[in-house]
Amino acid sequence: MINYIIRRLLWAVVLFIAVTVVTYIIFFIIPADPARAVAGKNPTPEMILRARHYLGIDKPVYIQYLRFLKRLVINQDLGRSFANRESVNSEVAKAAPVTASLVFGGAIAWMLIALPIGILSALRPRSLLDRASMTFVLIGVSAHPIWIGLIFSYFFGFKWHITPISGYCDAINPSVGAECGGPVQWAYHMILPWMTFAILFAALYVRMIRANVIEALNEDYVRTARAKGAPEGRVVRVHVLRNALLPVVTMLGMDIGLALGGAVFTETIYNLPGLGRTAITALNALDLPTVQGIVVFSTLAIIIFNLVVDLLYAWIDPRIRLA
Amino acid sequence: MSLLEVRDLKTHFRTDDGIVKAVDGVNFSVEKGQTLGIVGESGCGKSVTCLTIMGLNPKINTISSGEVLFNGEDILHTSASKLRELRGDKIAMIFQDPMTSLNPVYTIGVQLQEAVLLHRDVTKKQARARGLELLKAVGIARPERRIDDYPHQFSGGMRQRVMIAMALVNDPDLLIADEPTTALDVTTQAQILDLMMRLQQDFGSAIMMITHDLGVVAEVADEVIVMYAAKVVEQGSAQTIFKHPQHPYTWGLLGSLPRLNADVERLVQIKGQPPSLLNPPRGCRFHPRCPYVMNICKEQEPELLPVADHADHLQACHLDDETKEREAQKLLAGMMAEAG
Amino acid sequence: MSTNSTGSGAELLLVEDLKKHFPVTRGIVFQKQVGAVKAVDGVSFTVNEGETLGVVGESGCGKSTMARCIMRLLDPTGGRVVFDGRDITTLSRAQLRPIRREMMMIFQDPYASLNARKRVGFIVAEALEVHKLGTAAEIKRRVQELLEVVGLNPEHYNRFPHEFSGGQRQRIGVARALAVNPKLIVCDEPVSALDVSVQAQILNLLKDLQRDFGLTYVFIAHDLNVVRHISDRVLVMYLGHTVELASREQLYSTPKHPYTGALMSAVPIPDPELGRKRKRIVLEGDVPNPINPPPACWFHPRCPRFHEGHCDVETPPLKDFGSGHLAACHYPLEKWPMTDEEMRRGTSSTTTPTPAAG
Repeated sequence: MINYIIRRLLWAVVLFIAVTVVTYIIFFIIPADPARAVAGKNPTPEMILRARHYLGIDKPVYIQYLRFLKRLVINQDLGRSFANRESVNSEVAKAAPVTASLVFGGAIAWMLIALPIGILSALRPRSLLDRASMTFVLIGVSAHPIWIGLIFSYFFGFKWHITPISGYCDAINPSVGAECGGPVQWAYHMILPWMTFAILFAALYVRMIRANVIEALNEDYVRTARAKGAPEGRVVRVHVLRNALLPVVTMLGMDIGLALGGAVFTETIYNLPGLGRTAITALNALDLPTVQGIVVFSTLAIIIFNLVVDLLYAWIDPRIRLA
Repeated sequence: MSLLEVRDLKTHFRTDDGIVKAVDGVNFSVEKGQTLGIVGESGCGKSVTCLTIMGLNPKINTISSGEVLFNGEDILHTSASKLRELRGDKIAMIFQDPMTSLNPVYTIGVQLQEAVLLHRDVTKKQARARGLELLKAVGIARPERRIDDYPHQFSGGMRQRVMIAMALVNDPDLLIADEPTTALDVTTQAQILDLMMRLQQDFGSAIMMITHDLGVVAEVADEVIVMYAAKVVEQGSAQTIFKHPQHPYTWGLLGSLPRLNADVERLVQIKGQPPSLLNPPRGCRFHPRCPYVMNICKEQEPELLPVADHADHLQACHLDDETKEREAQKLLAGMMAEAG
Repeated sequence: MSTNSTGSGAELLLVEDLKKHFPVTRGIVFQKQVGAVKAVDGVSFTVNEGETLGVVGESGCGKSTMARCIMRLLDPTGGRVVFDGRDITTLSRAQLRPIRREMMMIFQDPYASLNARKRVGFIVAEALEVHKLGTAAEIKRRVQELLEVVGLNPEHYNRFPHEFSGGQRQRIGVARALAVNPKLIVCDEPVSALDVSVQAQILNLLKDLQRDFGLTYVFIAHDLNVVRHISDRVLVMYLGHTVELASREQLYSTPKHPYTGALMSAVPIPDPELGRKRKRIVLEGDVPNPINPPPACWFHPRCPRFHEGHCDVETPPLKDFGSGHLAACHYPLEKWPMTDEEMRRGTSSTTTPTPAAG
């Protein structure tokens, strides 16, 4: 088990380096010059040169990368944005909670939808419920989140005034001059984003949970449990679910980790200042440090989540724990 | 009163291709403390018969009819909860593949406990102690330590012992064993059969042993039923079936066995393969493969009738008694020929 | 050691001290070998042309691994495999190509060993096409011929495997093996997954084909009855080793190794009187793990004739008991049948092996 953990951590480091190197390389392949953007209107060549020096991009690429790496590991500092010279750390720190509240809230929402529908459909295959949920799956998987978001915000927000159309409210620390604040407002503004974000995942998970439960129902040990005289409810609760939902744990971890990287579509539609939207803005401005900072944060999030989930799974499944 | 009496049992499954008549009119009984062997090849309906008795068939698309009398009461048409009370308590079942028949995420101690707690009003500690007793009885070494192990930490033979322990934990009157040794090595099979016979003596349960292995049947069964294509073709005591078989299918089964103590140049083979249960052949279901087929066999299904002078020996074949006895003796003589 | 064969012809297959070890590794970044699963650990035998060698043993004894080593589907870790006079142990894939025509294999699971997406005609013809043995028309004719030889309808050439029963699928496997006219066919438990009546069909078919085409078989099974029916000589394996090697008559009438005795005693007899009268020898414990084999005699933890201080200290060599009957035991069985108590009373015959009577 220890060997397993150490090996995973070593791989995580390798992965991290690979991802950040690739980000750097991509940035330098783009035929656009951030210095020009920073240098102001109608820059002269000397101004551009000065801007390049100021941003530190006149050095060779690998020097820039090593500087970045040193600063990250020793100072935990992600650098300064090219666009507005703010510390990337603070940019990320502002955007991350937004994405986090979207993703975690959305995950709870999608599991609350997917678990009962998936399990019930599996217990009553080919029933009306089952067919309806499979239709739901088809729609959820095919419809684009942007389309869903637009439809939702139009009907629920604009036409029927049930929820706000867009915008984000800080639950804990609303800044001065913000439109709204506090936990209630926060939740109220997040309802539509959560629904939009959750639909795709709910559809995928309904399908997966249903398949897993159906498979578990056909296992021999379920037959043994029935042969012992266990009532069907107990058979499902104790014997089927535990085995069927084990793989869901892994998938859940991976999906949450991925989504923490930036639920771009949902954040765009609802104007949430999360990591995804911030990253897009930074890309358009050729703001390498900010983009790099978000990439670092997302990669770390994904790696940590995957590791935690793998360890959790190894611990829950006695076949792996006691191999 | 017999412990278990099955009358005209039929189990049909509705499928997309039509109705599969998996069991189509089966009659037999099991007495207290007796061992009944049900022998037949794949698809003959022996497993489905047991699953029907236990009420373990899928609820939808299954049509069962007939009577299953356990201690005089019909359990085929009783309520689900009544049947659940019996299952695991008075009637227990063990299955073929010990590798997959135990839940991998719970310890065997927990699973044994569950078997007790489902039917007895005792504390968890008492249930666990009872489980421990059974583990000792089935020969698991160091049971106090192993009771908290998971199924994957046991070998195939040991897992089957655990299954037997779980089945016997509530002292059942009837134990149904569906090919319990087919998936095991031959020396392990000998151990398990040995164990089952010993436990039968200690616990006094009746056993229904389902198998395709005639050797196993000969070793453990008092009474034998031979099934083919969802019907019983011959039944009687083990002695009679093996010494005076009266059905061409039984002859075919016996003759196709390679022997340890005899040399046969060519094994008796039954041509063709078992029929589809969607559309069984008209008349006698065995007639397309029978070397003794007559015209009447293609039209009229033979009834299960007693052999002359042996009311307990039943067989379903149109051949006359003389021919049957003659062919039977020929077969047995041939099997003893030229001892290697 | 290999001059006792009863086949009609020359030596076709020689296996000498064959070993196959699977490494067990440990390590975080750099995997180091810390042990090995000794699946096959020194097996030797010969098979003559036209003969059938039966290989018998339980799960974990290494018989399937050995079969694959003979066929060079696995690379042996040690020892030699000499086929038709040529040492094929370390030949490269290119060098092996032409030899592969001469040795074919039939597998256990008739459902898994045929590619479900290919038609039967293709499956049987594939070897012919790989070795370029004829034009397309000739190959098709040959395939139809083969289907008939194995008892199938040649017009089912275009059907898929799932349209056949288990026994018929196994016949397709036999046809596939026969297609290139091999000299040797290795049968890895070909009838274990079949019903008894179908088993008889396949066994009869294999015997007929051997007679008609002069085939040589290595027949692996766990069922002693089946092995007896089809073999000329029998090899009994336990935990990767040979425990006994003898002609059929020798093995079944006078087995020498206690494990062979236990195996024979464990086979249920379809005769209620005989079956219940005889006293069975029931072994204790389970088949041990090949990663951690017992010291000295591999069978000693379960052996009813175990003599402490001898069997767990000195590995029994493979001794010749006369006429090529080999067994690896310090206390071989004096007679057969024996009851459990008689077995436990075993006396030593370590000085000179008693030659088989007559």
